[in-house]
Amino acid sequence: MKRLLILSTALAGLALPAAAQQITVLGWGGAYTVSQVEAYHKPFTAKTGIAVISADSDNPATPIKAQVEAKNVSVDVASVEYADAVRLCDEGLLELIDPAILTPAPDGTAALDDFLPGAVTECFVATDVYSTVLAYDTTKFPNGAPTKLADFFDLEKFPGKRGMRKGAKVNLEMALMADGVPAAEVYSVLATPEGVDRAFAKLGTIKSQIIWWEAGAQPPQLLADGEVTMSIAYNGRIFNAAVGDGKPFDIVWDGQVYELEGWVIPKGAPNLQAALDFVAFSTGTEPLAKAAEWISYGPPRVSSGPLVGKFKDGTTDMAPHLPTTAANLTNALSSDLEFWVDRDGELNERFNAWLAAN
Amino acid sequence: MADTTLTRTGVLSTADGRPLKSALARAQSRAKWRAFLLVAPLLLFVLVTFVAPIGQMLFRSVHHDGFSRNMPHLSAWFAANPRGTEPGEAAFAALADDLKAARQNRTAGEIGTRINYDLSGTRSLFTATARSADKLAPPYREALLAENRQWGDPRLWEAMRGASGALTPNFYLSALDLQRSPDGGIERAPPENRVYLMLFERTFLLSGIIMVMTLVLGYPVAHLLAVLPLRTSNLLMILVLLPFWTSLLVRTTSWIVLLQSQGVVNNVLVASGVLTEETRLQMIYNQAGTIIAMTHILLPFMILPLYSVMRPIPPSYVRAARSLGASSWCAFRRIYFPQTIPGIAAGALLVFILAVGYYITPALVGGASGQLISNLIAFHMSKSNWSLAAAIAAILLAAVLVLYWLYDRLIGIDNMKLG
Repeated sequence: MKRLLILSTALAGLALPAAAQQITVLGWGGAYTVSQVEAYHKPFTAKTGIAVISADSDNPATPIKAQVEAKNVSVDVASVEYADAVRLCDEGLLELIDPAILTPAPDGTAALDDFLPGAVTECFVATDVYSTVLAYDTTKFPNGAPTKLADFFDLEKFPGKRGMRKGAKVNLEMALMADGVPAAEVYSVLATPEGVDRAFAKLGTIKSQIIWWEAGAQPPQLLADGEVTMSIAYNGRIFNAAVGDGKPFDIVWDGQVYELEGWVIPKGAPNLQAALDFVAFSTGTEPLAKAAEWISYGPPRVSSGPLVGKFKDGTTDMAPHLPTTAANLTNALSSDLEFWVDRDGELNERFNAWLAAN
Repeated sequence: MADTTLTRTGVLSTADGRPLKSALARAQSRAKWRAFLLVAPLLLFVLVTFVAPIGQMLFRSVHHDGFSRNMPHLSAWFAANPRGTEPGEAAFAALADDLKAARQNRTAGEIGTRINYDLSGTRSLFTATARSADKLAPPYREALLAENRQWGDPRLWEAMRGASGALTPNFYLSALDLQRSPDGGIERAPPENRVYLMLFERTFLLSGIIMVMTLVLGYPVAHLLAVLPLRTSNLLMILVLLPFWTSLLVRTTSWIVLLQSQGVVNNVLVASGVLTEETRLQMIYNQAGTIIAMTHILLPFMILPLYSVMRPIPPSYVRAARSLGASSWCAFRRIYFPQTIPGIAAGALLVFILAVGYYITPALVGGASGQLISNLIAFHMSKSNWSLAAAIAAILLAAVLVLYWLYDRLIGIDNMKLG
């Protein structure tokens, strides 16, 4: 499906001799890229005649540094996590994006007032809010399913293997929340050595039962194979498996950790003007709302919310499946960027040491 | 060859009177040049794609100018004042100047990143202070300390001193689970942060196990291939080569399908009553998974050199030994086996060195206990800490070279036969 789309996008570019211009957009692959191709790439090509070539990477932030330092930039626009965008921007590896080019909301609200706080920085424009959540296989819990994040750490009531991402980020926050720390205090606790010890101790209680994954596509697969009964996962992947492929998966929104994701332009992008046009177009109210109909990542613009309709199957309302919907935000944590930019190295080192020790 | 004449002086010369020696040298030098030109593309290719990147990697492992390049005033102060000098107003003024410049040039992140490698939690100190650097006014010591108390931390000043030169051994210290103490000495990292030495050890241990496994499994197969008639052995050879030609990822994921706890092997064992639902074996996402998958993937690298050595061994040797009264074990041990040692040496070295650098397979099937050092190299690459990744890689390279040297001393590299 994905390859077909890339191919058809590329062919569309070939079929329009007038559209000599093209841009390369680097995404994450899978259902996420499909949503971007449908909501951004195709309408953009239809409107401007500029072909959009979609390429995939495990993490588009990684090749940017290599390309810019080698002065051989082939990517015009890349989809990256907020933390990576700030880091790359601080290191001078990204083009600045003037917020004035962003399109205002349909009711005339200026773009900067319409976006969520922090969703537009000098190098970054958010396209969606994604969330890391607890997902489980409904068929594995006939006597009552997990309802809160703490259940993930309860081996007595909910036995079985669990999936977690191999990395410190999100896991430490979730361990503290499951240990009773309110979302608002998670980062102040985690900033202390005792807090870090407490988080690792909590993770240690289920360490023997954890299967570690690296790529976002793995947790739905692990759940489908019966390899784990519940897993920490990206909400969009679970939604696609559950609603798109009819798998018996459900999400516990309690304790979700949400983050922004969006566009950056690598310094020295070959087609800078077209790239800026693409960023401005795709972060308009309508394309953002349209993207949320293809994957359950919330739009970062207030004006997009009401425009989000039904999933492509035509029957599923998207709103209950978005991390940004009010009911899902009752006990949610916004991932703290500054904290992770500062402590990433140290905490991951400790995480790796903890992981490797038997 | 042209007609030669012996001149009166006794020097051989060509028909046109030039001394034969120089004419020959000229003709040969042209041939040498032509030969060199034929080799030149490969030489250039190796230089560009192999020597240069490795040189750059080694350079990066000791060089990071993110701080020194962007903090010229403070670096100059460190150069002028020896370790132990209390940072006074002059030092803080230099710091403030550099932070103001950093704000202008948008380099605070780069500076902070460098210091953060040595002292965690300081990156935001630099970016936040740089953001408000324009408001800083003398006396700078008070102004900066009012901005953030951390500016008075001696460990921060030690870290900045360490980074004030572009050349630094600190990345190697990190890669060996060492760190700088506040007075500039070297101490071991806190126990909960020690990871690299243990992973180096595990990498070499697992690579050794995998090497032995491929030898034990590959030796009989290579022997069978070598003694069967060519038609049959070619057919069997395809079975060896087919997985060799299949994508690494496909082979690795096939092992996941086979070995996972709801996988084919466990299902068969449960269905046949050997195991129960509760006692399903955990054969993947741990060390066992890494060893099984990597042994299979590296097996052809053992079989092929063994086969190429075994094929030309005449069967009459063993037959002769048997006819002279040797038992089959004795004939194997004293006649056949010694002749296959060059193949064993080549295969073992090849498998071991490949295994030491493997990272995709352990990443996918290794879980927590099957991670190798290369997984951490990849991890630091993805986190943009290329210097630390380069330092770990350089240590790995050095360790492999030492092993290679030992191998040469013990077995002799001339004894190796790849084909």
